[in-house]
Amino acid sequence: MSEPLIQVRDVEFRYPGHSPVLHGVDLTIDRGEFVALLGQNGAGKTTLAKHFNGLLTPTKGQVLVGGKPTSALSLTELARQVGYCYQNPDHQIFAPTVDKEVRFGPDNLGLPDAAELADRALALVGLTAQREANPFVLGRGQRQLLAVASIIAMDPPVLVVDEPTTGMDLAGAERIMRLLASWVADGRTIIVITHDMDVVAEFIPRSVVMAHGEVLADGPTEHVLRRSDLLPEARLLAPPAITVSDELSRFGVGRCGTIRDVADDLVHILGGRDAGRV
Amino acid sequence: MTVPGPQAPRTRNDAEIVLAAEDLWLIYPTAEQPSLRGVTFRARAGEFIGITGPSGAGKSTLLACLQGLVPRSVTAETTGSVRVFGHDVLTGTLGADGSRIGLVLQDAEAQIVGMTVAEDLAFGPENYGVPPAEIRRRISRALAAVGLDGMAGRDTYALSGGQKQRLAIASVLMLEPDVILLDEPTSELDPVGKAEVFEVVDRLRRESATTIVMVEHELDRLAAMADRILVVDQGRIAADGTPAELLADVALFLRTGGERPPAAAELDWRLRSAGIPLDGEPSTDLVTVLARITALAEKHA
Repeated sequence: MSEPLIQVRDVEFRYPGHSPVLHGVDLTIDRGEFVALLGQNGAGKTTLAKHFNGLLTPTKGQVLVGGKPTSALSLTELARQVGYCYQNPDHQIFAPTVDKEVRFGPDNLGLPDAAELADRALALVGLTAQREANPFVLGRGQRQLLAVASIIAMDPPVLVVDEPTTGMDLAGAERIMRLLASWVADGRTIIVITHDMDVVAEFIPRSVVMAHGEVLADGPTEHVLRRSDLLPEARLLAPPAITVSDELSRFGVGRCGTIRDVADDLVHILGGRDAGRV
Repeated sequence: MTVPGPQAPRTRNDAEIVLAAEDLWLIYPTAEQPSLRGVTFRARAGEFIGITGPSGAGKSTLLACLQGLVPRSVTAETTGSVRVFGHDVLTGTLGADGSRIGLVLQDAEAQIVGMTVAEDLAFGPENYGVPPAEIRRRISRALAAVGLDGMAGRDTYALSGGQKQRLAIASVLMLEPDVILLDEPTSELDPVGKAEVFEVVDRLRRESATTIVMVEHELDRLAAMADRILVVDQGRIAADGTPAELLADVALFLRTGGERPPAAAELDWRLRSAGIPLDGEPSTDLVTVLARITALAEKHA
């Protein structure tokens, strides 16, 4: 029932005259998966993700998207398949209004329902009221949402989002993560590159940890974030919800992704009133 | 290690008030709503003030006012007053005191002007006519203060994010300011870069008498350094108190949506809110909270 959508097979990538940035990377992402790519800067996360939409092609090995090697697909074909949201929204935004920014992608791909796709994308990220505004009067968090909207307007089945919550406040981060989760629930595939371990533990079911251009760990987030043998090598720190729920597991607290879940479990175990949900 | 800046001991109570906003209101030309709505606060010489709050709350606008950018570089209508070293910067300028306050922005790239680290550092003091020998002396001190010793000849483009942001701090230190304003200096950095910048700021706090105002979403790190934390929400100061007072106010953080409350404080607050009888006063210390939960759970079992 699972259908491999992105297959990375023994991939090496090096810039000419340099040592490899990626080596021996094997990774399969199925349709409908929600995956976190974790690791410190320079671990190879962004380099790997740029292979998914053909911005880079491997110097050895193969990357297949929908069963076809990216080297055999045109960038336009890949752009319809895989949308890529950059880390810095200002590297992506160029149009004079929010509306024009979001229309550009679907218009450029010649999609017949471009206007509707753009409207829907703006509504999804909550920027309909700002459609006539110049993108650069928006706050950083809103520009990040606009960058995401302009990619999802092209309605790609696969979305790569580089650091969606960087520079965002908590409300903005949760909003964008809920949006991505609902998108996955609709059958899309999303790969998130992030350092925000709290967000990973709360929202993203599968985690791939990279270090020195290799995949160090890959599996369910609740297992991967408990690999205390590997996380230090990738210079990652498990979020408090993970360490606290482990600490309290002998009392029956489950494998929680948020402090709210830990509190709910404890209230159940210790017999308090309903946990104070806010 | 020496850090540029005055070396007078920190005195909090009788110290000079270096920054003061009184009933400050501000509205940008095209905005429908004011960005600041009656902000009043004071910073004494040597204080470390943390500022947090959700996006769009007015934190950066407040720093722009303190830096003297409003109304000359950033156009806005204001009422109330902002005094920096006693000068009203909304109606006048800082004059010769302009070099006594420096601002570090979120985006490290945007504040680097030199091709090499040394060129970048020399830019500010050259404009103030500081003699070359003195500039060289300051460069080695500023680089030492941010942990970039020996990197004066490096190309700025080749620095990591954390190094670029440390360079931006060093550039501000070159003018030997009494006050440093930091606007989310770690928000675009990876965990390693964040840790580097926090370490540099913490060292400045410990080893110099510089007044520091830092806007930051990483509450745990901020609380460990700040004398006071202001929470800005919808253009107002929603809270102003010690880190301990504020971190315990989990409801405030969940209401403003600015940042994730510390795990210990959130766990403590959620359990107490649900009627779990934890011992002692609410705590923001994870070891303490876990010990109390453990004691209770063992008794319960």
